[in-house]
Amino acid sequence: MVKCPECDAEIKIPSDSIEGEIVTCPDCGASYELVKTDEGFSIKPAQVVGEDWGQ
Amino acid sequence: MTEGKSASSLTILYDNIRWEEKSLYEAAKKKGVEISNVDCRNLSIDLNNKNSQYWNKTIIQRTVSYFKSLHSTAALEGVGAHIINSLRTAILCGNKLFAHMELQKAGIKTPNAFTAFSPESAMSTLARMGYPAVIKPTIGSWGRLIALVRDTEAAKAIIEDREHMFPIYHVYFFEEFVKRPPRDIRAIVVGNAVIAAIYRYSSQGEWKTNMALGGYAKTCPITKELEDICIKATNAVGGNIVGVDLMESEENGLIVHEVNNTTEFKNTVRVTGVDVPGLMIDYALKMSN
Repeated sequence: MVKCPECDAEIKIPSDSIEGEIVTCPDCGASYELVKTDEGFSIKPAQVVGEDWGQ
Repeated sequence: MTEGKSASSLTILYDNIRWEEKSLYEAAKKKGVEISNVDCRNLSIDLNNKNSQYWNKTIIQRTVSYFKSLHSTAALEGVGAHIINSLRTAILCGNKLFAHMELQKAGIKTPNAFTAFSPESAMSTLARMGYPAVIKPTIGSWGRLIALVRDTEAAKAIIEDREHMFPIYHVYFFEEFVKRPPRDIRAIVVGNAVIAAIYRYSSQGEWKTNMALGGYAKTCPITKELEDICIKATNAVGGNIVGVDLMESEENGLIVHEVNNTTEFKNTVRVTGVDVPGLMIDYALKMSN
């Protein structure tokens, strides 16, 4: 569990999470990328769309 | 990445772990494959190294950024990695005009299309084609900057806008507006087989069928006709694992309008229940060995 930096809500990190995965705050909808740490995962703001993204 | 390679080792190159990338990772783990996820944003590649750590690695390219995907494919393939899909496939599939010409050369039915290289020739091309017509950027995804042009005034406005954009947008690519049901088909090809296909229906008030624009999906049966044209299209661009997009033209039957080299497949799995990631991993392993 981590706190959303935007709204302070709790964001659940599933046990099968992997580094680089995107999690979304259930309250404000902000997206974060999971970063591996010694203690588990922390989060950083995620780029969710880019001008040249897609397929 | 670490040096060396076990008999069953694969790499997933990503810049964003979406459902697709995670499902590939989990499928590989389930099969006991040594799998590593590598963030494209962390790569630093010595382009002149003849003994690169990437030599002989099998890498599934899943980078969602077009430019990073294309250039990392060029760099890694250049230092000896096996990339799924290859640089040639990435170049051809990433550009709608290039892909169109390869499909045409291979005798595959496509929408009628035209290109032009100035505002004046673009306008005269549209007059020759007749309205409505579809204007597409040669490079781009998820339906962005694709417009249905219904008359001369709308065409002028769009072309004038394009002339103020980056020069790639001054290359005009027009397609006929194909008469078809309000859906298209996305077929997933792995090697020489169509493993799953879906119909993608437009959302209400939208003519484009991209899932990114709110469309919805249903299972599409894999007929012999669908399989044949998809395999031909895949071979035309030298693809290993691709998503072929088709329309059901009232006039010409199945026609191919795009081949995707980093295909999304979340909706295909959800709707068809086919183990797309598992089959992709099996194929990549075969290539690896």
